[in-house]
Amino acid sequence: MLKVNNLHASINDKEILKGINLEIKAGEIHAIMGPNGSGKSTLSAVIAGKEEYEVTEGNVMLDGEDLSDLSPEERAHKGIFLSFQYPVEIPGVTVTNFIKTAINETRKSKGLEELPAKEMLQLIREKSDLLEIDRKFLSRSLNEGFSGGEKKRNEIFQMAMLEPKLAILDETDSGLDIDALKVVAKGVNKLKSDKNSVLVITHYQRLLDYIVPDFVHVLYNGKIVKSGGKELALELEKKGYDWLK
Amino acid sequence: MNLKEKLTSSFLAFENEGNLDLDSNTHAIRLEAIKSFEAHGFPSKTIEDWKYTNLKPLLKHDYCLFPRTKNDVGFKNIKKYLLNDVETYTLVFIDGVFSSFLSTTTHDDCDVCVLSSALNRPKYKMVVDNYFNKIANKNESVSQLNTAFTIEGAFINVPKNTIVPKPVQIIYFSTGSEKEVLLQPRNLVIVGENSHVQIIERHQNLSDETTLTNAVTEIFVNKRAVVDYYKIQNDTKNSSLIDSTYVSQKMQSVASVNTYSFGGKLTRNNLEFYHEGEGITSNLNGISILNSNQHVDNTTLVNHKFPNCESHELYKGIYSDRSSGVFNGKVIVNKEAQKTNAFQQNNNILIDDGATINAKPQLEIFADDVKCSHGCTIGQLDESALFYMQSRGIPKKEAKALLLYAFGNDVVEKIKIPQLKTKIAKFIAEKLNVELGFDL
Repeated sequence: MLKVNNLHASINDKEILKGINLEIKAGEIHAIMGPNGSGKSTLSAVIAGKEEYEVTEGNVMLDGEDLSDLSPEERAHKGIFLSFQYPVEIPGVTVTNFIKTAINETRKSKGLEELPAKEMLQLIREKSDLLEIDRKFLSRSLNEGFSGGEKKRNEIFQMAMLEPKLAILDETDSGLDIDALKVVAKGVNKLKSDKNSVLVITHYQRLLDYIVPDFVHVLYNGKIVKSGGKELALELEKKGYDWLK
Repeated sequence: MNLKEKLTSSFLAFENEGNLDLDSNTHAIRLEAIKSFEAHGFPSKTIEDWKYTNLKPLLKHDYCLFPRTKNDVGFKNIKKYLLNDVETYTLVFIDGVFSSFLSTTTHDDCDVCVLSSALNRPKYKMVVDNYFNKIANKNESVSQLNTAFTIEGAFINVPKNTIVPKPVQIIYFSTGSEKEVLLQPRNLVIVGENSHVQIIERHQNLSDETTLTNAVTEIFVNKRAVVDYYKIQNDTKNSSLIDSTYVSQKMQSVASVNTYSFGGKLTRNNLEFYHEGEGITSNLNGISILNSNQHVDNTTLVNHKFPNCESHELYKGIYSDRSSGVFNGKVIVNKEAQKTNAFQQNNNILIDDGATINAKPQLEIFADDVKCSHGCTIGQLDESALFYMQSRGIPKKEAKALLLYAFGNDVVEKIKIPQLKTKIAKFIAEKLNVELGFDL
């Protein structure tokens, strides 16, 4: 599904990613771990198409299509979803209105009519029930005054609504207590199928107790230095990152 | 002959032709005003409060001071400028002349009618004696000019203990009957004790000809009265407006003036609040969304003279292309005005490199037991917020518009007339060139 080929990316002429190779097949969960500054968040931003980063070599392919020239919204329309480490607050736009706009823009890009209000409402109900989200939450301004847990749950709610092929969860566990973490992980697991894939980006092993990866990759200094199964995460937890340097 | 000379030399003719009573009090007021204008002329950029707004280009036109009026303006020509889906009292003026045909006045619970009759009828003598030109700033020469030529405008007189059941719309149209026209409407609003009124004011050019409007509004808010005043400024590109609004408040009254500026060539808003008692609340809200070479100047003053009063000021601006904005907000807390709460905020977004904003918050605080704050920001659109929205499939253009819309939202939220809120929201969406798939 996703193929990252020899990806080099830099920001302000500073090279952050120095040749990443990664293949994620449909139905798989991959985790990328690594110390601070190793390039984890850069990798997720580059896959999602953030324009500040310059791809100097290599590319990212989704279902055989090179994404290089696509804008972030076009990538979203093709099925890439990035859950943010720090979701942005947008006062004055409710969660419901935001997701409506996102869904209808995605439909528009595919030449579809807007989703009728009734169906939209049903979909919102269904997904918010699935994630045990209080309806009142949906009429609040997007992320404004949300707790860390609410923000992350809202990200997963949007993911549920948009049904992406590939969901990238960037440090979804940061700022969450263990209960909130469990709720978020439960949501992700409910949405998982053999047709979609998840890329979990995390600093700590604990999230991977709940979202169990098929593959774990260690990112260090802009390169994947080691790949393995889920047991690699446990090993990292015990030994830290130093032994890989 | 320049405009100042033309005006001063036309004054006599104005009083004679208007059949104005030369023995009346108003004559004396006019005479004093024209003398003051003659002495000072139009404000230039050397005056501190006019530093960022240059009237000079507007003064080059050969304005017609007494335009012919067109009789063929019908409801269909003006309908779209009115708030239609709610019942209102409506005062419509065409080229400065009241149109009874297009208006809905009342004298039932309150007076919603025209200033000319209030100034000339003996019944309203107390109005002139007690209110007319009592708070218009004598140091503001454009207001003096308006006073000198005062002949018509809205007169709203609400007796005590009255809730005016419908909002009042005041709309001044110019029709292009003359190539270049100067209009000087004058509004007087008196709200009695415990009473409540909502007022919407708008100036609209129906043609592509040039219009300069120099309007003055005096608002008197008596004890415990509540006034909500809305100014819609969405005129054509050949229309300029100098709007001076003066508000005097008695104890425990609440007055709100909301200014929505989207159109016009040059707009200058002078807005001044004077407190005459304790427990007063003054609210000043505004949003300017400008493009091309539009200019809007909001110069405000809140003068706290009594203890235990509050003022809340929130102005937002979004500037594109080569447009320019001014926020010049002065808050004075005199030393008697202990326990004052005065808040002022001004937030601006500059979209393009050619756009400018001059923001000048001025707080002069002489009392020691007060809560005062001011904040001023000038920024660009938040790139990380844009990326967030794009990553959810919202195209950049829509994402920008949505962010800007959200930025202005808290000012729109202040509107207490739902139909007006919808209309303003629509203006904003139009101005930002985006269709929103929902109501905010």
